[in-house]
Amino acid sequence: MGKRVLLIEDEPNIIQAIGFILSRDGWTVDTHADGKTALAEIARRGPDLVILDVMLPNRSGFDILQDLRADPATEALPVLMLTARGQKRDRELAERYGASRFMTKPFSNAEVLDSVRELAGS
Amino acid sequence: MSRPPATVFLERRSYRRRRLTDAARMLPLVGALLFLVPLLWAGGDDSAARTAAGGVFIFAVWGALIVIAGALSRHLIRPDPDRAPDGDGAGDTERGA
Amino acid sequence: MIGFNVLVLVCLAYAALLFVVAFAAEKRAERGTVGWLRSPLIYTLSLSIYCTAWTFYGAVGYAVRSGLEFVTIYLGPTLVMVGWWWLVRKLVRIGRAQRITSIADLISSRYGKSTLLGVIVTLLAVIGTTPYIALQLQSVSLSFSVFSAEGGAMPDFEALDNTALVVAAGLALFTILFGTRSLDVNERHHGVVTAIALEAVVKLIALIAVGVFVVWGVAGGPAEMMAQIDASKIAEWQLDGGRWATLIFLSAAAFVCLPRMFHVMVVENADERHVAVASWAFPLYLFAMSLFVIPIAVIGLSVLPGENPDLYVLTVPLALDQDSLAMLSFLGGFSSATSMVIVAAIAVSTMVSNHIVMPIWLSARQGGASMSGDVREVVLLSRRISIGAVLALGYLYFRLSGGGAALAAIGLIAFAGVAQVLPALLGGLFWRGATRRGAAIGLTLGFAVWAYTMFLPSFGDSFVLSAAVLADGPWGIGWLRPHALFGIDGLDPVVHAVFWSMVINSSGFFLGSLFSFPAPLERLQGAQFVNIDDHVRNAPGWTHSPAEAEDLLIMAQRILGPAEAQAVFEAEARAQGKAGYLPNPSPDFVERLERQLAGSVGAATAQAMVAQITGGASVSVEDLLAVADETAQIMEYSSQLETQSQELSRTAAQLREANEKLTQLSIQKDAFLSQISHELRTPMTSIRAFSEILMAGPMSEADQTRFSTIIHDEAIRLTRLLDDLLDLSVLENGEVSLNWQDANLHSVLDRAVAATSSMDGERPLAIRRDARAEDVALVTDPDRLAQVFINLIANARKYCDAEAPELRIEVTSGEAGVTVDFVDNGAGIPKASQSMIFEKFARLTDQGRAGGAGLGLAICREIVAKLGGDIGYLPDQGGAAFRVTLPAAQAKAAE
Repeated sequence: MGKRVLLIEDEPNIIQAIGFILSRDGWTVDTHADGKTALAEIARRGPDLVILDVMLPNRSGFDILQDLRADPATEALPVLMLTARGQKRDRELAERYGASRFMTKPFSNAEVLDSVRELAGS
Repeated sequence: MSRPPATVFLERRSYRRRRLTDAARMLPLVGALLFLVPLLWAGGDDSAARTAAGGVFIFAVWGALIVIAGALSRHLIRPDPDRAPDGDGAGDTERGA
Repeated sequence: MIGFNVLVLVCLAYAALLFVVAFAAEKRAERGTVGWLRSPLIYTLSLSIYCTAWTFYGAVGYAVRSGLEFVTIYLGPTLVMVGWWWLVRKLVRIGRAQRITSIADLISSRYGKSTLLGVIVTLLAVIGTTPYIALQLQSVSLSFSVFSAEGGAMPDFEALDNTALVVAAGLALFTILFGTRSLDVNERHHGVVTAIALEAVVKLIALIAVGVFVVWGVAGGPAEMMAQIDASKIAEWQLDGGRWATLIFLSAAAFVCLPRMFHVMVVENADERHVAVASWAFPLYLFAMSLFVIPIAVIGLSVLPGENPDLYVLTVPLALDQDSLAMLSFLGGFSSATSMVIVAAIAVSTMVSNHIVMPIWLSARQGGASMSGDVREVVLLSRRISIGAVLALGYLYFRLSGGGAALAAIGLIAFAGVAQVLPALLGGLFWRGATRRGAAIGLTLGFAVWAYTMFLPSFGDSFVLSAAVLADGPWGIGWLRPHALFGIDGLDPVVHAVFWSMVINSSGFFLGSLFSFPAPLERLQGAQFVNIDDHVRNAPGWTHSPAEAEDLLIMAQRILGPAEAQAVFEAEARAQGKAGYLPNPSPDFVERLERQLAGSVGAATAQAMVAQITGGASVSVEDLLAVADETAQIMEYSSQLETQSQELSRTAAQLREANEKLTQLSIQKDAFLSQISHELRTPMTSIRAFSEILMAGPMSEADQTRFSTIIHDEAIRLTRLLDDLLDLSVLENGEVSLNWQDANLHSVLDRAVAATSSMDGERPLAIRRDARAEDVALVTDPDRLAQVFINLIANARKYCDAEAPELRIEVTSGEAGVTVDFVDNGAGIPKASQSMIFEKFARLTDQGRAGGAGLGLAICREIVAKLGGDIGYLPDQGGAAFRVTLPAAQAKAAE
């Protein structure tokens, strides 16, 4: 398939896990760990899909999402949001700001794969 | 005069008493009016009957006033249920002690 | 026929009876068995002094001249008594509360214990009473002359005169004897009151007896009587509307204002309930007194045409040979005259003594009442002299007026004179705005107008006013004619005088009050008088007086008498819990004492006397507020409101604070929970992901090992996190039990370094220590302290980003305690973050590598605090630097 995913996440083990799962499924996985520079990275890489953690160093995932949606170039970019805080409010915020999908950690691998496939396919 | 607001609701006895004091207040006014009735006779010509008949009238009013005042005072003489037994007996001047 | 001597004998016997009755009553009262002496009946009968000889003899004469008009004189008092709830009740209450001694005292007291007003009213009373007393003397001597004429021995004018003189002297004796026995009015004149009650009965019986005799004995029954009335010339009487209304008003006013009436009605009143009984009983008395006036007049006219109608009550029975009836009638007239004179003399002499003699005496001896002389004696003496003077004046007046017709008219003139007090009295009782100046202006103007239009013209053109002035006005100014003021002509003189004097009096009083400002004491008294029903407590005349109790006692003894004064003082001292005769002169006590004294010498004098000792007669603002009750109530109410609203706002603030705290707590709790959630879920995520990967199927050996290692590490991270959380929760809740013991800092540090070096997989960290400095004895919990050190060393190991990480541990011990610094050679912590590194979950960078949950430093802080020390970040040390301060061993031991 050769589609490219940009994983923006700061926890190394989780990066490894998602990276392993997706690349085994044939995705090209790029990773980025800093919130502040995430937008630039997205623009540079031009991924088909972004997996975005909420709690990032230096900048919140919600802020990044808002900027993405505000920019016409990335308006329609599929974004899968991840959060470990698991509160209802986070899910509501994500929906309001226009996340394509929202997942709470810990997730099952199959769930992540399905979501990524679905989002990229649509 | 300001009454304590607590007495808005009055017992039947207090209410009676209030009306009795109203009557006691009205009595001299009514009496004065009746005593002034002879003023209306002035100017008439039948002076012959005036002294005797006028006297009867005045004394009748007078007697009625006495009777009514007696009836009222009989009730008003009792201590006012609205207030503490007040300065009608001994010791009122020593209230400050 | 009754001889003159018999008459004198009867008269003397009657007088002796009066003396005996009065004396017995006094004795009885002294024994303390007042009983019927103070019954409503006696009170009612004592009021009958309203019916003087002017009533007893004069009413018939009046009826002959003016028909039914004579009843107006009794209708006014009837209305006043029937309307007792309005005025008399209030007067009695005030009189008792303020210990009023006379009407002058009432006016003076109401308007700030004013001496001036007391003097004005007293003068008015003297001028109004003297002719009245003369009238009584005249009636007595006239009645004597009637009998003498009948007896054949015609006494000359000299003898008549002597009769009057003897009567006046006898009355003076009686009055002095029974009127000035005691000083305190509260003891009251039992003897006098009882005697006049007896006289009231005698005159009533006498008049009714004569009446019954003429109706049934002469006319032959009521029906015939009515016929005779209609046939007589009295029937032709034409009612004068103006006079009718004016006289009802005038008699009502005089009934309240006459000094003698005020005396029996208010001063001698023992019980407010007596007024209630008198409200119907006294009108009944008047009714009975008036009932037979017309019949007697009519019969008199038919039996004795041309004779003096003023003596019909006496002459008709005599003419019809009813000697005993005539004698009874004579005694009735005698009673009427004497009772009036006695009470009037007491009332007026009290006024003269309290308002004229005493103030003069006091100001004459500036040294002060307490210094010398017996005031009690002075007061009694001045009163006795006053009584004698009043009676002497009456006699003199009688002599000078020559017993002429002028005297007969004096009744109404006196009424109109004393009625001038009415505006100031009513205004003072019902209007808070009435002031001393208004009262003085009103009284003076009314008095002047009365004198000019009524009193002076009554002497005819022989005295002060010449015939020219009477006819054409002074200096020929027509509109100032005494009987036609402002050109209003044709009015009856009485109506004219009453109308103008009352109008001008009231206007002056009203305007004067409006345009003046009352003194504090006036306002105080005004509030007390007007609101007598609301509070009985008296106003303090001064406040916080430094009066010496002894001076007060000496003065009180002089006025009240030693026994009574000592009793009063002793009772007060006992009430205050003190032995002996000298209580603390509290304002309350001084005020009561003043009232007690006022009962003897009048309010103004009592105040002046006490003020001489207490040194001040000022009224404080607090007193004013306390007594001006509306103000006080409003003040109190509003201050209550203020307190309440303050309380409310305080509560609201507390609530707001609590709410804020709760909100804060809730936010903190939310933040904490979401942090915990994050910290737990993150390792969980790795564990779940990799375990699923492992489960999913075949992979290289290396991958397998790698993934299981991650799972293992994350599991340990989770465990550590939970340990930390539990640790922190225990520490924060204060549930930790510390294991205090002696320890050496060096060994604790050794343990910590060993523990951290055993951690695997970390970069090497060089640790520099100074063993000698570390040799410090501590009393602490070594395990907990080691935990803190381990944390700090582990942090350095984890976060020191230098090429060759190095940690210096520097120990300094001093007076205050021991400081242990941990300084590494890394980049340190940014200034902005330094303040929050000790907070829970404060992690500066991503440190997933070793998986601290950010609770380490928070735990350290809690532990060090529990150990009695402190932990802080040391800025500008070249790297990250933490300082742990521990209390010195001694300090710890000393605790």
